[in-house]
Amino acid sequence: MNINATLIGQSVAFFIFVLFCMKFVWPPVITALRERQKKIAEGLDAASRAARDLELAHEKVSQQLREAKAQAAELIEQAKKRATQIVDEARDQARVEADRVKAQAQAEIEQELNGVKDALRAQLGTLAVSGAEKILGASIDRSAHAELVEKLAAEI
Amino acid sequence: MAAESASGYIQHHLTNLTYGRLASGEWGFAHNALEAKQMGFWAFHVDTLGVSVILGVLFILLFRAAARRATSDRPGALQNLVEVMVEFVDGSVKDTFHGRNALIAPLALTIFVWVFLMNFMDLLPVDWLPKLIALVTGDPHVFSRVVPTTDPNATLGLALSVFALILFYSIKVKGIGGFLGELALHPFSSKNILVQIVLIPVNLLLELVTLIAKPISLALRLFGNLYAGELIFILIAIMFGGGLLLGALGVALQWAWAVFHILIIVLQAFIFMMLTIVYLSMAHEDNH
Repeated sequence: MNINATLIGQSVAFFIFVLFCMKFVWPPVITALRERQKKIAEGLDAASRAARDLELAHEKVSQQLREAKAQAAELIEQAKKRATQIVDEARDQARVEADRVKAQAQAEIEQELNGVKDALRAQLGTLAVSGAEKILGASIDRSAHAELVEKLAAEI
Repeated sequence: MAAESASGYIQHHLTNLTYGRLASGEWGFAHNALEAKQMGFWAFHVDTLGVSVILGVLFILLFRAAARRATSDRPGALQNLVEVMVEFVDGSVKDTFHGRNALIAPLALTIFVWVFLMNFMDLLPVDWLPKLIALVTGDPHVFSRVVPTTDPNATLGLALSVFALILFYSIKVKGIGGFLGELALHPFSSKNILVQIVLIPVNLLLELVTLIAKPISLALRLFGNLYAGELIFILIAIMFGGGLLLGALGVALQWAWAVFHILIIVLQAFIFMMLTIVYLSMAHEDNH
């Protein structure tokens, strides 16, 4: 258990090892470690960013979907309204047309009726005259009695 | 072993192979403890130096191989191992040492791994390496103490190196005046000049003891733990020669003690590293 020059040798060896370690071992290893740490941190960062992007996209999609649905509903509503409007308009037009046709028909009927009445009246005059002729046994001068017959016919 | 006595066996395992100037005046290996003692200071423990340097070179080559191929992509098995060590040491240094010094972390790594490797020799069965060395040298009685940290020269060499760094950085950071002031003016100080002058010797005594206790405790803690551990291993190894029953008991004890020692060798390497960081951290602090 002597203390001797061994300790000097030990110290020298120690310093050589430390210097070697400091120059050639520590820097590359620690650099690699730091770089890997950075890489991992960046990777995690990118992953979280991607997740956030995905969430945003999801949100955007659902919002667009909602908007589209609302638009569609609005369109359907408008179309329905328009349809009822068209139906109403058509109904109104039909009524007007029908009224017009009816009025025209009535006018025609009236006109015809008047014509017929006039004809009947004339025929009645003739019939009355011929009836009177038969009763009187003589012919009545149509022209002499025309005024009378006319009066009679007008009274009918 | 049967031919040797138990104390002879222990003696043989705990004597270093010493190379130095023999009493006759020529250089050579000491043949016994007395001769080694007579060599004085200028002698070398060839086994301690040899094993520690081989282990140190092993550490350097292994870590250099990993560092050369270090990549920030997927690491290989060796790089992984090295990175775990480096990260562990780096974390310990960052927790304790708050200055900026590129030397501290590699220093701590070297201490941790080297001391661990030297301690690890403890776990090899006590006769393996000595028998191998005896076989290689052809001398069955050649001394060889294969655990370098059971040699106080090795631990003291490390501790004194650390001590030199403590002194160097203390003076570098605080200046000679600041360093001496720290030694002389604390812990007792006074505004009165006369009282202060009286207090200086007291302070010096206290602080110098504190300072010198650092390397001594560092060296002796490691040495004591490993020496005691190795001694127990040797005592257990003696049991193997004592018949079947004692041998079986020896096997069980050997196993238990080895398992326990896995903890000890790592712990001692860690403590040595941690205290070095703490001491150097104190040397860098200039807040007195």
